[in-house]
Amino acid sequence: MTQKLIVIGAGMASGRMIEHLVETTPDAYDITLFNAEPRGNYNRIMLSPVLSGEKTYEEIVTHDDAWYAANGVTCRFGERIDHIDRTAKTVTAANGDVLPYDKLVFGTGSNPFIIPLPGHDLEGVIAYRDLEDTQRMMSMSTGNKVVVIGGGLLGLEAAAGMAARGADVTVVHIMGHLMERQLDEAAGYLLRKALVDKGITVRCSANSKEILGENGHVRALLLDDGTELPCDLLVMAVGIRPNTKLAADNGLAVGRGIHVDDQMVTSDENILAVGECVEHNGAIFGLVAPLYDQAKVAAATLLNEAAAFEQKELSTKLKVTGCDLFSAGDFAEGEGREDIVFRDPGRGVYRRLVVEDNRIVGAVMYGDTADSNWFFGLIRDKTDIAEMRETVIFGPAYQGGAPLDPLAAVAALPPEAEICGCNGICKGKIVEAIEGGATDLGAVRAVTKASNSCGTCTGLVEQVLAVTLGDDFVLPTAQPICGCTDLTHEDVRRMIKSQELKSMAAVWQECAWKTVDGCHVCRPALNFYLLADWPVEYKDDPQSRFINERKHANIQKDGTFSVVPRMWGGITNARELRAIADAADKYNVPTVKVTGGQRIDLLGVRGEDLPAMWADLNAAGMVSGHAYSKGLRTVKTCVGTDHCRFGTQDSTGLGIKLEKALWGSWTPHKVKMGVSGCPRNCAEATCKDVGIVCVDSGYQIGVGGAAGMDLKEIEPLAQVATEEEAMALTIAFVQLYRENAKYLDRPYKFIAKVGLDWIKERIVDDLSERAALVERFGLSQSVYQKDPWAEHAQTKAETYQPLANLTMEAAE
Amino acid sequence: MSDWIDIAPLDDVPQRGARVVKTRAGCVAVFRTADDKVFALDNTCPHKKGPLAEGIVHGAAVTCPLHNWVISLETGLVQGPDEGQVTTYPARVENGRILLDGAFLRARSAA
Repeated sequence: MTQKLIVIGAGMASGRMIEHLVETTPDAYDITLFNAEPRGNYNRIMLSPVLSGEKTYEEIVTHDDAWYAANGVTCRFGERIDHIDRTAKTVTAANGDVLPYDKLVFGTGSNPFIIPLPGHDLEGVIAYRDLEDTQRMMSMSTGNKVVVIGGGLLGLEAAAGMAARGADVTVVHIMGHLMERQLDEAAGYLLRKALVDKGITVRCSANSKEILGENGHVRALLLDDGTELPCDLLVMAVGIRPNTKLAADNGLAVGRGIHVDDQMVTSDENILAVGECVEHNGAIFGLVAPLYDQAKVAAATLLNEAAAFEQKELSTKLKVTGCDLFSAGDFAEGEGREDIVFRDPGRGVYRRLVVEDNRIVGAVMYGDTADSNWFFGLIRDKTDIAEMRETVIFGPAYQGGAPLDPLAAVAALPPEAEICGCNGICKGKIVEAIEGGATDLGAVRAVTKASNSCGTCTGLVEQVLAVTLGDDFVLPTAQPICGCTDLTHEDVRRMIKSQELKSMAAVWQECAWKTVDGCHVCRPALNFYLLADWPVEYKDDPQSRFINERKHANIQKDGTFSVVPRMWGGITNARELRAIADAADKYNVPTVKVTGGQRIDLLGVRGEDLPAMWADLNAAGMVSGHAYSKGLRTVKTCVGTDHCRFGTQDSTGLGIKLEKALWGSWTPHKVKMGVSGCPRNCAEATCKDVGIVCVDSGYQIGVGGAAGMDLKEIEPLAQVATEEEAMALTIAFVQLYRENAKYLDRPYKFIAKVGLDWIKERIVDDLSERAALVERFGLSQSVYQKDPWAEHAQTKAETYQPLANLTMEAAE
Repeated sequence: MSDWIDIAPLDDVPQRGARVVKTRAGCVAVFRTADDKVFALDNTCPHKKGPLAEGIVHGAAVTCPLHNWVISLETGLVQGPDEGQVTTYPARVENGRILLDGAFLRARSAA
């Protein structure tokens, strides 16, 4: 006997279920299909091609009126269900009709999540879910500005579609990189680069604060950093929530979605659910493959056939605006997991495999996904890859043969093969230079310019040297930064400047890092290089800093910290000393010491007390002394002409001016300065990184002193007549050091590498270069010269406290 | 039978960072990696008792801030040429909250 089946929602899952029913047993059910949207089932995942103009709506309709008619499905489109009486087994439609059912199926899908920002109800604020939304976006073209909130798949497809129509599109994403659920940081970086190349503006780590309107229509999006992004249309694509309201209102078991068992039956044996509205074993579903599996199971259940839905390994192969992306499985790090990373900066390729017990459990690929099916097969079949572990990352073409000898490959290259892309140098030219006597990397660089620009071909050039010279070639001793890379500090600094790399992820990719996110050796160096070269564009990363610079205090061997307030030029007063004494009492500071840099060190402070102590010292007018930083420490002075009978200039005053100009700046290593008022040198200026000795006729400036592991006397840089010149020269020197030195080289080491003459040419002889350096230093200071103590005490104090305190928990 | 204790929102610990949880037997460091995995370890380096929560987190490892020993967050084993092991505790994230296993923490207090 034919039973009555009512289906709520005409989506892709319920549509597929109806297909199975009418194909296998057309007479089993008398089907009535309700849909709130005034149309039947269409292929929602093809809305993006409709948006970009590649397809029309008609082309993506799955079931048209004729199909429903031919299969005897009664359509009630544009109608909602108001109520379900589960005891009587009836539904009540919005118009009051009461219809009986034997079986009821929920296919209510999901609702786009709208962030409840102020202004979210303005006209012109839409989601990206249905045909109406798509049509709104299709009306955007040249001259229109659009903001898309959400850097996931849907948001990026919306952005790319509207950009293709000529609109000026900005994507605002709250996370640090795009599509963070499918991609890791490196792939996210490549995707962002591709989108930016297409003219789309991408703002990551951006928090939306408010949607601004005018006459009831959206005008702009306001970010919490105060930036206003003007727009004619604002699209929110921040995720979906299963639509469970009707089910919950009528007493079905509901969690994040409508609970179903393996047969797709809800907590009521006569009611099933399929698609994005369901929750199965704690999971909810957004991709189409599992929805189709559910449809098949639901159809079988309705026909009293045995079937069970099981969750399978999923892969995502995405084509956002022609960017090749692939992600599959679980690529999070975890117990016993290892990464195999391959990057080809030249082709913009990134591949990462996550391996556990000799099996690939996850993969992320960008740029070349031709082999993705092969990799997905390895994941799905849990193939043992022990035999091909060394080469698996290169794909199926490399399997089965002998391992490649990189030198053999280079030896086989023809003379006209290009080695250095930047300078267009081919192998033949390099061989010629080597045979002409250039027998090391430096000489080849000098003669041919190969590997002299971005440096990524350095390894190749060395291989050409090895092939040409045979045993005579000894690999140069240039040390890579760490095990994460083959490049030296100098190579990486050159890359950051020449390739305009402005994020950590950009460096990792373009410099072919071998690890996922660096290590404790390279991350602090990269963080410094990036902030020194791109002070405005790059955002300092505290997590890549050593603890002292992250917490703005010196860690001691017992895990306590030391606190050193700044005393400008070593000058203090009774009020400051009283505040320091009070802080020492209040926070039980065990040791108070006068430092060699003319200030006071409070040692043994508990980490939790730091913010409160800083706030107290701030209140007395003191700021951080940066006694913990690779940055300006102190400017030591003598009393100069103020009090001393031998003083020739105001050495204290100049010291204070220098300290006020330079404090807060980050440098490759610590920087200490001294200003002595006469050649008796009471401030010991001649063993400082920059030492100034005042004389009757002006100021003798020397650089490169040290009194640490090495003892060095300063080398004379210049003598100048005025305080202004002394300031400018000092600042220019510090900036030159910031821009060119290797991380953790003190100035004396930097000078030994580049030569004092090289420095003099730039800052003593070339006045315009000196001025440019001073200006660049000023730009950096406009960002970084702020008291970290005040900032942390006001905004980050909570992070200095324990995450939780379980000492009160019963120990049992 | 495990009994999970709700500690704090995941976002209270920065990515590639750590915070400590105080217990009667000293601090446990809770780490969060770049891909939002959490790990709980004794906050004490086997070398000279350095506070691991203050270290730099990279991959699934942390470098002790005192003398740069590298410790696996997954196993607690010291990496490289040095030797030693830090006790690890079950930790997980559920609905954006960090959970630690109370039974293990209590066993630790009793020890």
